[in-house]
Amino acid sequence: MSSTTGVQRETHADIAPGDEHGAGDIRKAIYGYLVGFALATLLSIVSFTLARSTMVWTPSIPIALSVLAIAQMGVHLVFFLHITSGPDNVNNLLALAFGLLIVMLLVFGSLWIVSNLNHNMMPMQDILQMQR
Amino acid sequence: MSALAMDAAGPAASGPRAVDEHEHGATKRIIVGYGFWIFLISDIIMFAAFFAAYAVLTDSTAAGPSRRDLFEIRTVAIETACLLTSSLFCGLAGIGATYRERRLFYAGMAITFVLGAAFLFLELREFAGLIARGAGPGRSAFLSAFFALIGCHGIHVTAGLMWLLTMVAQVFAKGFRDDVLRRMLCFGLFWHTLDIIWVALFSLVYLVGVSR
Amino acid sequence: MWGRLNWSAIPFDQPIVMVASSVVGLGILAVLAWIFHKGYLPYLWREWLTSVDHKRIGVMYAVLALVMLLRGFADALLMRSQQAVALNAPGYLPPEHYDQIFSAHGTMMIFFVAMPFMIGLMNFVVPLQLGSRDVAFPTLNSVGFWLTASGALLVNISLVVGEFARTGWLPYPPLSELAYSPGVGVDYYLWALQISGVGSLLSGINLVTTVLKVRAPGMDYLRMPMFCWTTLASNLLIVAAFPILTATFAMLLLDRYLGFHFFTNEAGGNVMMFMNLIWAWGHPEVYILVLPAFGIFSEVFSTFSGKPLFGYRSMVVATMAICILAFMVWLHHFFTMGAGANVNAIFGIATMIIAVPTGVKIFNWLFTMYGGRVVFSSPLLWALGFVVTFVIGGMTGVLMAVPPADFVLHNSLFLVAHFHNVIIGGVLFGAFAGYTYWFPKAFGFRLHEGLGKAAFWFWTIGFYVAFMPLYWLGLQGMTRRMQHYEVAAWQPWLLLAAVGAALILVGIVLQVVQLFYSIRHRAELRDDSGDPWNGRSLEWSTASPPPMFNFAVFPHVDGADAYWAAKRGEREKASLGPEPAYADIEMPRNSATGFICAFFATIMGFALIWHIWWLVGCAFVGAFATFVVLAWRDESELTVSADTLAGLDRIHRSARAAFLQKQATS
Repeated sequence: MSSTTGVQRETHADIAPGDEHGAGDIRKAIYGYLVGFALATLLSIVSFTLARSTMVWTPSIPIALSVLAIAQMGVHLVFFLHITSGPDNVNNLLALAFGLLIVMLLVFGSLWIVSNLNHNMMPMQDILQMQR
Repeated sequence: MSALAMDAAGPAASGPRAVDEHEHGATKRIIVGYGFWIFLISDIIMFAAFFAAYAVLTDSTAAGPSRRDLFEIRTVAIETACLLTSSLFCGLAGIGATYRERRLFYAGMAITFVLGAAFLFLELREFAGLIARGAGPGRSAFLSAFFALIGCHGIHVTAGLMWLLTMVAQVFAKGFRDDVLRRMLCFGLFWHTLDIIWVALFSLVYLVGVSR
Repeated sequence: MWGRLNWSAIPFDQPIVMVASSVVGLGILAVLAWIFHKGYLPYLWREWLTSVDHKRIGVMYAVLALVMLLRGFADALLMRSQQAVALNAPGYLPPEHYDQIFSAHGTMMIFFVAMPFMIGLMNFVVPLQLGSRDVAFPTLNSVGFWLTASGALLVNISLVVGEFARTGWLPYPPLSELAYSPGVGVDYYLWALQISGVGSLLSGINLVTTVLKVRAPGMDYLRMPMFCWTTLASNLLIVAAFPILTATFAMLLLDRYLGFHFFTNEAGGNVMMFMNLIWAWGHPEVYILVLPAFGIFSEVFSTFSGKPLFGYRSMVVATMAICILAFMVWLHHFFTMGAGANVNAIFGIATMIIAVPTGVKIFNWLFTMYGGRVVFSSPLLWALGFVVTFVIGGMTGVLMAVPPADFVLHNSLFLVAHFHNVIIGGVLFGAFAGYTYWFPKAFGFRLHEGLGKAAFWFWTIGFYVAFMPLYWLGLQGMTRRMQHYEVAAWQPWLLLAAVGAALILVGIVLQVVQLFYSIRHRAELRDDSGDPWNGRSLEWSTASPPPMFNFAVFPHVDGADAYWAAKRGEREKASLGPEPAYADIEMPRNSATGFICAFFATIMGFALIWHIWWLVGCAFVGAFATFVVLAWRDESELTVSADTLAGLDRIHRSARAAFLQKQATS
């Protein structure tokens, strides 16, 4: 592998995850982070207020919190990590999508399986008591 | 007899053609960045496994304290503010590195460190408080899962802080050399990803835990 | 000062262990003495132990795998002979010992034979097939190998110092919890696998990045050899699945060391969650093992039929489909745990669906052979043996995917026969095919073909004689892992299985003889052209063995089967084409980081197992310092001059020209 530092001659014009495309201006770069920070702060404040709020139908709160969390994660990805849906980011986005698929399968799969198991199986405390 | 010659300058090559060394391929920065990104994906999946365990064990309190009894939202809010702000300053430090602005880099890294350390301090204080109240990880499965999940994040933050110090030392010793910049790219990815995970943690562990 | 470690850790009262470990220990000392006496130590250090060359690392992985195969097979012989005699009798292996043997057998075969063999072959071949000079992260590659070796070392140390786990190759709680396994056995298992798990993850990251980002110009995704696609899929699975293993073992370690309650009986622990998480890793793991084998067979079928692979695109789709579906079937490993009919039905159906892409692959391989000029060399024999054996094993798997059937067959010898059927028929036969196929590329001479064919027949026949009786026994109700039994009707079948194991032993002996014989007679078996099998992909365009830099000049790729078109052009024009323009290149420097890091990791693992806390701290500092030193080096690459490239390349070109001439006149 020859070292081709700084020279980007990649035929598919890929970009490294975390690098910003076409940000030649330091002010613009800083501005992007400030906007992301402001949005994330706003979303966090909404989340914290919502959690203890009595103004919202309480069973909907966990879902609302999840949606807000997803939104804030999106803000982080776009403004801090510069993972966008542009053609130069395809590989980066695909890797993330693959990871998220596995996370969903693992978390929801486990919850579904174990709740079924718990429902069907005698609690461990009772099993131990039976053995006495 | 057929002439099987090795032409030094013959007709157009029929074999795999030679190519200019510098013409092809992803740059080192892309390769290193992508490889580290793949590592981060694997790290996210590891957190997911701890999170799955937590989700399953959330109600296994063994007649001990539960989420509602233990979570202090004010501390979590301050921790969140610290970590989010540190993410901003980490980004600014990264910009400082990319644009060779030494003062921006050092200032950004210093503030990132202070805020990250503050986050850790608050978290350790929370853990110590819980243990002192008899709500340590050995009390119930719920608490084991809680300590492991939040603790795993805390260990990552600690490792990040150690890495931060190493990066500052590297820039001090070697300047903004290409390999140092590549590591700075990876550090930025790492620190921002830790904040992304924290968003999931504070929302789904703490806030969901105290709602209802 | 020394934690739990004292002299009683060494089992002086167990003759079998003492004799075995003394023999092995003396053997190791003898080899080391020979190396030292012959003055090979500087060479070994410079060229192998500190090498970051993917070819050297690949060979070392394969060596580790083959040595551990002997070790794991010794356990197999012990088990077969014990079961053959233990009807209404205690046999010669007491239960505490027998339990460690079947646990070590499974652990070693999966983590230290199958994984390293596949990773080694992928490491060696993929950069050559992609037209690259090395993997994406050569130094991390070395670290990954040495961490794997560190894990293997710890498992082997457990034979002599302490004990191994008695839980089976997956440490199910509550048996693996402190209350029921208070000794060091489970700790040896957990720390060895946590350390080697880091190594596996590093490999995964490395190979994914290599396939996606480090290819020769013109090597588009759909022009890559099939082996590179299966490498991509397998390593994506490694990256996604191994974190789950790490987390689950970490939870068990927290239970054992710090009194957590993830999987304990008390305080609300959920034992079933362990099974759920561990199999969420465990199922993708078997695809991690078999996908590279599928890739090897794609190469072998196409080369030895003289035809391009049939249905390349459908193979790619099938491979990536298996990659995704691998994460949707894991519950079939615990149908009987009680999740209920709904859950079982969905996972049972998903398990049957995942058999479909594999079926597509089998048909594509058969169609590749159809109409081709088939050469029955030993790699192709292994491939044909695979097709028959793996299909049988796959069918028994689909049988057990039906939950009601599984309720009868779960944890019986039927299950044992099934997974050996697919792992031996798929992974091991694939490893042997790849070993024979790429051996000449790695070392410059072929393996003796006659001995290879004999080994194949003994292995195959031995496999059937050893494992078909186990299917029958499973249907008769015999459970797995039995140290003794009282049903007389089972014994004849177990004796037959023992005979099968003996036949496999002959096969293994033949392979060992084949290796030594081939080395002895390497002059006659030499491969001068770099292309002994008339291959189709780029690795065959290099010398055997390839120079350190693989390609003096990057090849430019115009289509699939990159080398085949080039060769045809050369034959038509009766010339190699013009000499390329050589230029200086940069190659990564060797580094002792991997070796030293693994050294500290081994010490840290040992210290954690025996609770020697101060040593843990020291070793951790040592490992961290090693990485800081690596990060601080200023010279990470060395320049290889155009003259050196030209010199080495011209030698290879003249060898190939001579080969072309010989082919033209013959």
